[in-house]
Amino acid sequence: MIFRRGISIDLTSNSSYHAPMANDPKAISELRKSWDERMLASLKKVPERAVRFTTLSDMEVPLLCTPDDLDRIGFDFEKDLGFPGEYPYTRGVQYNMYRGKLWTMRQFAGFSSPAETNKRFKLLLEKGQTGLSTAFDMPTLMGYDCDSSMALGEVGKCGVSVSSIEDMEELFAGIPLDQVTTSMTINGPAIVILAMYYAMAEKQGVPREKVRGTLQNDILKEYIAQKEWLFPIEPAVKCVIDTIEYGTKHYPNWNTVSISGYHIREAGATAVQELAFTLADGMAYVEESMKRGMDVDDFAPRLSFFFDVHNDFFEEIAKFRAARRIWARMMKERYGAKSPKSWMLRTHAQTAGVSLTAQQPMNNVVRVAVQAMAGVLGGVNSLHTNSMDETLALPTDDAVLVALRTQQVIAEESGIANFADPLGGSYLVEYLTNKVESEALEYIKRIDEMGGMIKAVENGYPQAEIGNSAYHFQRQLEKKEKIMVGVNLYQMVEKKRSMETLYIDRAVEKQQADKLRALKARRNAGAVTESLQAVKVAAEKGLNLMPSIIDAVKVYATLQEVCDTLRGVYGTYREEGKF
Amino acid sequence: MSQASAVRNRIRVLIAKPGLDGHDRGAKVIARALRDAGFEVVYTGLHQTPEMIVQAAIQEDVHVVGISVLSGAHNALVPEVINGIRSAGLNDVLFLVGGIIPEEDFEGLKAAGTQMVFTPGTSLEEIINYIDKNAPAR
Repeated sequence: MIFRRGISIDLTSNSSYHAPMANDPKAISELRKSWDERMLASLKKVPERAVRFTTLSDMEVPLLCTPDDLDRIGFDFEKDLGFPGEYPYTRGVQYNMYRGKLWTMRQFAGFSSPAETNKRFKLLLEKGQTGLSTAFDMPTLMGYDCDSSMALGEVGKCGVSVSSIEDMEELFAGIPLDQVTTSMTINGPAIVILAMYYAMAEKQGVPREKVRGTLQNDILKEYIAQKEWLFPIEPAVKCVIDTIEYGTKHYPNWNTVSISGYHIREAGATAVQELAFTLADGMAYVEESMKRGMDVDDFAPRLSFFFDVHNDFFEEIAKFRAARRIWARMMKERYGAKSPKSWMLRTHAQTAGVSLTAQQPMNNVVRVAVQAMAGVLGGVNSLHTNSMDETLALPTDDAVLVALRTQQVIAEESGIANFADPLGGSYLVEYLTNKVESEALEYIKRIDEMGGMIKAVENGYPQAEIGNSAYHFQRQLEKKEKIMVGVNLYQMVEKKRSMETLYIDRAVEKQQADKLRALKARRNAGAVTESLQAVKVAAEKGLNLMPSIIDAVKVYATLQEVCDTLRGVYGTYREEGKF
Repeated sequence: MSQASAVRNRIRVLIAKPGLDGHDRGAKVIARALRDAGFEVVYTGLHQTPEMIVQAAIQEDVHVVGISVLSGAHNALVPEVINGIRSAGLNDVLFLVGGIIPEEDFEGLKAAGTQMVFTPGTSLEEIINYIDKNAPAR
């Protein structure tokens, strides 16, 4: 307010000039200096609450930004901001943003048996959700069948158990695959799960161009953060490129990789690290695909992203805006992409699991709402809102419904969806967007100097950076430099937990194992052996694995059988116990 | 402080990640905090079977085993680790469990030999103090 008054005074006193003084950075800078003095004088009466004011990621932030701040960092309206739907997409990838199509409300779901998850899918579709998102259990994510000794105690716990195409068909029973978009969160054995999905769609008679969805399939961030790997890095990246190559040719509307910062952030990265490492991962996939001779404009439009949306409101908004700008410039300038579709960073976002607290869990509803709003103001294309009980267990139906309704309240009641990039032009938001961008570019430069992201990951560089940030944040929590309400401030003695949680019965493990045993007895054993031999040969010869794996899963080779075949050729990955 | 760390550097702590669970943020932060506090810390790394953890515990002759599980598989994995270590003859060990553990499972874990369960929100100081008070004086 004070500042605006400053401008109007200035305008009146200089009314004879052609250029309005309001936009003259020098004049504004003078006004700002004099305000700074008055503000500093005021601190004698109202001292500040802290010595440093920082974002959640411990990035120091200013009290106020004015046009001269933007001038100082060289902010350029046309180059840096531009318009929605156009390069460099800082303001979003659609011309009319949410006026045309609201973001996709996509709640991640998966637990227990395929039949149980199928019921949850149908519940979500019935309540107005527009896309499906599948969580797999740990054995599936690591390429083990439900009857493996490695699966002890883990079947159906963190997601749904899928060991064969039979499980996959049960999971999607009664859901027409040409009418939903399906996201599948799996990485290490992603190529096998994708083969099952393609084979199932083919059996349903769905035309290939109508098979729509997203496979996470981002193996680099597994070595960096989520730690669900199968093979050493090089062959694992090769599998990712195989799916990109095959998908580009045969399934034009399937998003082959969802380049994910979510897990990097949850593992303790700062917002800048999340952004930098994720984009660097994406750049590695682009480079590897181009090395194989693909035209960047053929595959880049099917790359999508997945970011965390955490508590620090403006830092997060800046992150999404910076992400789109950096990616657009990289694609156009570094990789020579000509299609605007290759320049656009389309992203899913999920509210921050690590921000949820077991203490006073109802507070989580509020955290999720704030985070979801930051995502929408940041222009995300798709959003998952966490359920309030997720720090205690997998979410119950009721908790999932509140989470979905949170998005619907933002979409239908808050009015935010009326605007494209409503915070664009805010001095602060533009300043922060530039700051996050330039710090992320510093990291990317360092990674370039190491020889690219694959090398950096092999050297443990992003892993170490994240570990340091996680430790730093924990220290800040202990010193109350960072606050979690109900955890290190405003704690209270709570009654025994009143919230109902979802319990996964160990019986699922046995049921699934029995089913698998019956399948193995029923299938054509000779065909299975033959198909696995073909997978082995393809792996040894360095051919694209997709066709042979599709053939194998069609004759009911199991997930683990295919993965073990590949492990036999590629070996396995082990991480040192560094901390 | 120096007296505390003189005692602490005789105490060997094994931080273990059993099962397929890849959530290692907590395990690593705690390993580092315990090391910084003066304990001798060994971290197993990820994806360990109970047998691998038992071997590491025996080999390092540890005083404390902290088992980190965030996947929900604690009821199956924790007893296997504790029984394995005990039947291998290492009896005087402080067993701690950390992770996303529902309250209703505390009792079962304690019956299996866990002395203390730490859930999210526990401060590092609390864990350090607990080990100071309860680590066996071998």
